[in-house]
Amino acid sequence: MKRENYETNPIFSLGGVGKTFRSGTEALSGIDLAVAAGGFVSILGPSGCGKSTLLRIIAGLVPPSQGRVHWEGDVGRHIGFVFQEPTLMPWATVWDNAYLPLRLAGCPRAAAEAPIAATLASLGLAGFEKAYPRELSGGMRMRVSIARALVNAPRLLLLDEPFAALDELTRFRLNEDLLRLWERHRWTVVFVTHSVFEAVFLSKRIVVMTPRPGRIIADLPIDLPYPRDAGLRTAPDYADRCRAVSALLSETIA
Amino acid sequence: MSARHRERIIEIAAPVAAGALFLAAWEAVVRWKGIPPYILPSPLVVAETLWRDGPSLLGSLAVTLRITAAALLAAVVLGGALAVLFAQSRLLEISLFPYAVILQVTPIVAIAPLIIIWVNDTFLSLLICAWIVAFFPIVANTTLGLNSADRNLVDLFRLYGASRWQMLRYLRLPAALPYFLAGVRISGGLALIGAVVAEFVAGAGGTETGLAYRILEAGYRLQIPRLFAALLMLSAAGIAIFAVLSWLSRRLIGHWHESALPRED
Repeated sequence: MKRENYETNPIFSLGGVGKTFRSGTEALSGIDLAVAAGGFVSILGPSGCGKSTLLRIIAGLVPPSQGRVHWEGDVGRHIGFVFQEPTLMPWATVWDNAYLPLRLAGCPRAAAEAPIAATLASLGLAGFEKAYPRELSGGMRMRVSIARALVNAPRLLLLDEPFAALDELTRFRLNEDLLRLWERHRWTVVFVTHSVFEAVFLSKRIVVMTPRPGRIIADLPIDLPYPRDAGLRTAPDYADRCRAVSALLSETIA
Repeated sequence: MSARHRERIIEIAAPVAAGALFLAAWEAVVRWKGIPPYILPSPLVVAETLWRDGPSLLGSLAVTLRITAAALLAAVVLGGALAVLFAQSRLLEISLFPYAVILQVTPIVAIAPLIIIWVNDTFLSLLICAWIVAFFPIVANTTLGLNSADRNLVDLFRLYGASRWQMLRYLRLPAALPYFLAGVRISGGLALIGAVVAEFVAGAGGTETGLAYRILEAGYRLQIPRLFAALLMLSAAGIAIFAVLSWLSRRLIGHWHESALPRED
């Protein structure tokens, strides 16, 4: 495998990271990956290729069996994480769910008002502060989940197939809104997905993984200019990139 | 009239009609067969006795309810605290949980005489008996609830560096609340049963007599209508306890928990 390391100024890098579960399943093997600050990297692969495990290792939720995660500077608590499910607290309102990271950091409610209002507004959630998760649609719940991840101005945002369970129109809207927010704030994003179209639409760079054990088999830049909008979905350039990435992905399953 | 409204009326009318039908059949059978009241009193005789002996029986009911309430309160406080301790230390949980189970499965009728011998104060001995019966569902349910917080939320709390206390206060306790309340609803009925069983074993004990003793006494004297009246009162008390606890449960978690939400078909 030939791969050029075009990442300068990385926020973190993985060196020889592998993971073998207690059951004996080898989920990941020999992962080397550096992610540039301000980058938007998608990790693309079929189900069971260990993408989620990789994301959890980056987040520090799962220790790697081999290798190490090296951080540049103090990212520490400045990580936002979005799960495949909205994973909201059902007993708490939208506002209180968004308040969680700030509350755990010891920020009083009054001081949290401004950042929460701004974050909720940026995700189209203004006016829903007092709603409970059960009163919201799947797409709106996912918006709350993203708002919670963004409310404490993270340096790194980790998303684990966040839109996989949503219908296509909602997924498109959320893709566009996420991209718009990233273009404005430029936090570093690592986005796990199994959708080629989603990965190409969003990313500056796509890392393709093979299953069992998960390995990186391709690492390619997506040189479509930002800002990108819904119009890109029908552009020939976009279709070309999707075809190329699809071909790579089918190699992993072959 | 909306479908929902009609459904609500049926929900109330159907059991009332069934009950009325049953009582009418009972009354008819007693009259028709000429069954004497010391074998089976008719519903009307029971109602009459309830009216006449009501005030005196109510005094006894108050005694029993005092024990029930105290036992339930003790079960809530100690059961809840024990569950929180279990959630903090797995070792503590596996060390002590089997003994909570033993206490639960041993018939209270068998332990009650010992407790009544060991504890001088009658109220306290009855309270302990009722507590033993009532506390297990709260411990078991709350422990389950504290451990059933969403795994991903637990991870999220860890990611944000939540302290043990924050994890408990903002995640485990709210997640456990519906389980705890389900436990309390079961324990409310059990506390009453525990109090009655303990009174049966203890007998007259002390100056005040509970409703259970009045039932025994009525049985000995073949005052069967009074026995029925007391029994009716006891059931009513049990239903009232359940209704109050259900209402409390809806008030506390009704705005978010699935169990309390109306089904939309």
